[in-house]
Amino acid sequence: MFDSQENSTYQLEPVEDNQFVLNLGPQHPGTHGVLRVILHMDGEYILTADPVLGYGHRMQEKIAENMPYTQILPYMARMDYLAALSFNQAWVCVVEKMCGYEVPRRAEYIRVLTTELNRISSHYLWFGAFLLDLGAFTPFLHAFADREMILDLLEEVTGSRLTYCYFRFGGVSSDVDDSFLQGVQDFVEHMRSHLKTYHELVTGNVIFQMRTKDVGVILPFDTWGYGLSGPVLRGSGEKYDVRISEPYSIYPELDFEIPVERDGDCLARYMVRMREVEESLNIIQQTLDKMPDGPVRSKVPKIIKPPAGEACMAVETPRGELMIHVVSDGTKVPYRVRYRVPSFGNLSVFSRLAKGQLLADALAVLGSLDLVIPEVDR
Amino acid sequence: MNNYLKEIFNGLKSLVIGLKVTMTTMLTKSTTIEWPREAAPIPERFRGHIMLRKNEETGLSKCIACGSCVRACPSNCIQVKGAKPEGAKKKAPILFQLDFTKCSLCGLCVESCPVDAITFSRNYALAGPSSEPFATMNLLAGLASPFREESNEL
Ligand code: SF4
Ligand code: SF4
Repeated sequence: MFDSQENSTYQLEPVEDNQFVLNLGPQHPGTHGVLRVILHMDGEYILTADPVLGYGHRMQEKIAENMPYTQILPYMARMDYLAALSFNQAWVCVVEKMCGYEVPRRAEYIRVLTTELNRISSHYLWFGAFLLDLGAFTPFLHAFADREMILDLLEEVTGSRLTYCYFRFGGVSSDVDDSFLQGVQDFVEHMRSHLKTYHELVTGNVIFQMRTKDVGVILPFDTWGYGLSGPVLRGSGEKYDVRISEPYSIYPELDFEIPVERDGDCLARYMVRMREVEESLNIIQQTLDKMPDGPVRSKVPKIIKPPAGEACMAVETPRGELMIHVVSDGTKVPYRVRYRVPSFGNLSVFSRLAKGQLLADALAVLGSLDLVIPEVDR
Repeated sequence: MNNYLKEIFNGLKSLVIGLKVTMTTMLTKSTTIEWPREAAPIPERFRGHIMLRKNEETGLSKCIACGSCVRACPSNCIQVKGAKPEGAKKKAPILFQLDFTKCSLCGLCVESCPVDAITFSRNYALAGPSSEPFATMNLLAGLASPFREESNEL
């Protein structure tokens, strides 16, 4: 039970007239998962906002201490179900780093290709959900129709639609065929022309502009202190992206931009994500052009026993920086695994942003942070 | 005053542009299909619940009850018991039970099998009023058994 008397800054007794305590969630469509936020309100305005975490806690780190390395792989997709491939990638990369496995070039290209597709699908889901929070229903349908195309493509290669378990140590589980590559090519062309519709429908819309401009401003000063990362960080003018700052896989060979916006408000975060979709399309096009031939999986032992020691690996998920730290004691189960997840940092800035806002604006801010709650709780 | 009018004009314009998108979309083909009258195509690598492959000649399963899949499964949802049928060289499963309520459809069991005995089914319309039938799915059902009747009841 959450101990309201000791742990919180609010009191259950209303202090003055007009003041009351409002429970947002844990089952509320605006919180996108089982997140509870205790709001201390004065009329329509928020005095304090306390997020309560842990409803979706699944002991992911403890589970990982009791499982062989291969079996932890499916658990990755359950943390951030919208960016399962980024989490897959972080886990296989960290183990490959520890054991020194080689990854064939074609496998690296397939990994980047599918991860970027996954990033676009994640941004589209966010786009739809964010605009639902703002009260617009139509963009949601557009985004989901396009996202469906990505899911169909990824289902063709990975066999599942959401919680992919596709990467393996030393490569990917199975090769992609020409019909998939052609499908991706068609998708990229379709999206390039279709993105215009999104901007016509939403970005230029006067109501959308009013709801998001200058709402929930994160000052550059706050960004590092709260541990922000991803589009939330880049919306405040910080040019930090693991794909560039600490490149992994084949990202150094690709030519792409990191979109940055200066304003730090909801609109800036929106713009960063929309421009990231374009950049992801660029990356996908390049991987399609350069896709080498060859094997997709190198030989690795069946039972994986990394040498005693530790390894760290950071990747850029659609929500920000994910870092996995693994300590091995030379046995077939890890000694300790630690996940540094992006949404946790991004959520922590919410209390500060919500202070003094209207309730409806606070929901817009919460939506603009793009949280995945199972990843926060893990 | 001038600014005010301009703002109203720009606002209205953006709404008209947005409505235009909606109108054009209305005239395009619909992307949804009406299940169950139509079904979406299932891709080649679709992962349904796991099932045992049938050996076309004998109607038996290819499984040799080695237990690899049991060890590979992260969710502990496969149970295999094997025995040697009379006169055979290899073991065969007497019991092959899947707890589908726990299965995460990760495919590690399929990859681990040395004789390629497991595959994914293409059955996606799994629903029922209780979890019981899914918690104890008998994957040997529908396959011929190499055991005589009495050993089957073990
Ligand atoms: S698919 Fe994964 S979870 Fe399901 S039975 Fe096979 S190994 Fe276990
Ligand atoms: S791994 Fe294959 S052969 Fe071994 S018990 Fe499982 S299904 Fe049977």
